Amino acid sequence: MSSSLHSLQGNKACALAAIAAGCRFFAGYPITPSSEIAEQMSRDLPRVDGVFVQMEDEIASLAAVIGASLGGSKAMTATSGPGFSLMQENLGFAAMTEVPCVIINVMRGGPSTGMPTKPAQGDIMQARWGTHGDHPIIVVAPASVQEVYAETIRAFNLSERFRVPVVVLYDQIIAHLIETVELPPKGSIHTVERKWASGTEEGFKPYAETDDLVPVMARPGDGHRLHVTGLTHTEDGFPTQKPDLAAHALNRILDKIERNRAEIDKVEQIETKDAGTVIVAVGIAARAARRAVQMLRSEGIRAGLVRPVTLWPFPDEALRAATANARAVLVPEMNAGQLIHEVQRVVGGSAKVAGLNRVDGEPIPPAAIAQKVRELVADE
Amino acid sequence: MNEIARVSDFDVKDYLRLNLMPHFMCPGCGHGIALRSLLWAVHELGIDRNKLAVVCGIGCSGRTGAYIDANTFHTTHGRPLAFATGLKLARPDLTVVVITGDGDCLAIGGNHLIHACRRNLDITCLMLNNEIYGMTGGQVSPTTSATRVTSTTPAGNTEPTFDACKLADAAGASFVGREVTRQAPALKNLIRAAIEHDGFSFVEVMSDCTEIYGRKNELGESAEMILSQKSDMVPDGLGNAPDQPFRPNRMATGILARHARPEYGRTYRERSAELRAGTEG
Ligand SMILES: Cc1ncc(C[n+]2csc(CCOP(=O)(O)OP(=O)(O)O)c2C)c(N)n1
Ligand code: SF4
Ligand SMILES: [Mg+2]
Repeated sequence: MSSSLHSLQGNKACALAAIAAGCRFFAGYPITPSSEIAEQMSRDLPRVDGVFVQMEDEIASLAAVIGASLGGSKAMTATSGPGFSLMQENLGFAAMTEVPCVIINVMRGGPSTGMPTKPAQGDIMQARWGTHGDHPIIVVAPASVQEVYAETIRAFNLSERFRVPVVVLYDQIIAHLIETVELPPKGSIHTVERKWASGTEEGFKPYAETDDLVPVMARPGDGHRLHVTGLTHTEDGFPTQKPDLAAHALNRILDKIERNRAEIDKVEQIETKDAGTVIVAVGIAARAARRAVQMLRSEGIRAGLVRPVTLWPFPDEALRAATANARAVLVPEMNAGQLIHEVQRVVGGSAKVAGLNRVDGEPIPPAAIAQKVRELVADE
Repeated sequence: MNEIARVSDFDVKDYLRLNLMPHFMCPGCGHGIALRSLLWAVHELGIDRNKLAVVCGIGCSGRTGAYIDANTFHTTHGRPLAFATGLKLARPDLTVVVITGDGDCLAIGGNHLIHACRRNLDITCLMLNNEIYGMTGGQVSPTTSATRVTSTTPAGNTEPTFDACKLADAAGASFVGREVTRQAPALKNLIRAAIEHDGFSFVEVMSDCTEIYGRKNELGESAEMILSQKSDMVPDGLGNAPDQPFRPNRMATGILARHARPEYGRTYRERSAELRAGTEG
């Protein structure tokens, strides 16, 4: 079998990818501009012996997803800003108890109800820091319908591999954009399964430290009768307040991500080798930036683009390397300035860092990015 | 088997994680009796502990689950029914029991309760009602009786209360019951019937917070508190629940409602199988 071409909407590609990745449980609550994902899942899941349920709110949606994942299913939910806010407590629960789950957050104008049908990138920081306490999380940020497909599959794989919640972050434009997508042939898709305990191991500890810091998971019914709690817990899963054990428990779930960066990081770089001006952008803003780089290069201006596909953890090293010889860095984003804080932290004083922001519910056009780069170059 | 034989056959220690003892509960706390009654029912039903999932909320009630030698989940405040919904839909082979408190279930989790009742998945929900937020130091709850003193009603409670059983019944729970911790065998029987029931079962367990509620309201020693349950409760409630707007002085106990309604998980799976047959055929 060979791959096939399809005309797909971003949200539909997301749902198809989830099923292809092995997702068999979806719980959600309708919200623009993400609802097409739930609608598609409600049609497709029964056909693969999976379960779709529309819950009473987003708090319940993520709770049900975590419950299903604890039962052994690959599970996800999809939402937008207001719902993502409601999910934060249970997102922290999943991070703390190390339960795999995928959360699609289609960004719209905010804060509050904001502009439901307009795109934005205002949840970049919330996706990293939304729940309370220090916690591990992975966030991926696709920039095309094709990439929504690929990154949704990768989100499931990362979540199952590292037992961590993974957020797929894109915006209303990509959600509703219809593009030609090449779907891989059935059976060729790489999917990752959780490390499962057999249920018969002697002295099994559900949070025992392993070489890669990812503990082996036990499925209810298989023999190990375990306790799962959002309280700080020891290797055997029961609560502790002993300082050394508490510190160890938190540090392990944080190190689990840091130490496995090689498997998690993903950055696209365009023309950065000789770039005097580096643009850093994600999602839909990065598409405009890509076009801006072409325009600038044709004028002889040495511009380049760094696009974090894995947005969190933030690609410090790749960005540092790409900006080592740059005199200016531009961060176009559809918010009042979020990504720029990370870029400033990484770039430090080695180059001038400028922002280009838009909060009116409209995308940043390539021409605006190109113009801003010209100004930065002229300033030098 | 008569009652005595069954009692002697059941040893609660067989069902507990004894390595976690001593437990956290205050002397005389009613939650321990509720826990014991649940395990007694599990024993009588012969449920395989590997297939038993106990999903708890946050509170003194929610902390009881950890002591059960089964698959136990201590979730987030108010949300155990939502976690249990996902677990039961994904794993219909598990017996799913939820342990929640009056605050967990009726305040922060009230929305999940009514929708769990409506959906009618085969989950048994035990709400341990001690009329107070025990864990956080005795604040008023949606079931605190009128005039009772709590840490946030220093002059006595003036808010009306919920009748949780009427609420569950109205929301569509296919099994509703209430029992007092004073009557452990009756409580065990009620929980047993609730687990056996095919659909969503709501059981309100009238428990006592001896340390905080009891002390603040000078309700006496724990023995006195539990004895007072006698005068407050009307046994055998089916069709007999007093028609009062708020929590009445005397509450009906026993099975209060039982309806034959399609269990949601099975309905969903049957409908899905039809769909698959349709697409493949
Ligand atoms: C979101 C959230 N809000 C508040 C709390 C604090 N809290 C913990 S237990 C509890 C009340 C528990 O009362 P109840 O459900 O009646 O259980 P009890 O302790 O009386 O058995 C509260 C408010 C919390 N853990 N999470
Ligand atoms: S505080 Fe009250 S409810 Fe909590 S364990 Fe003590 S007596 Fe029981
Ligand atoms: Mg209580």
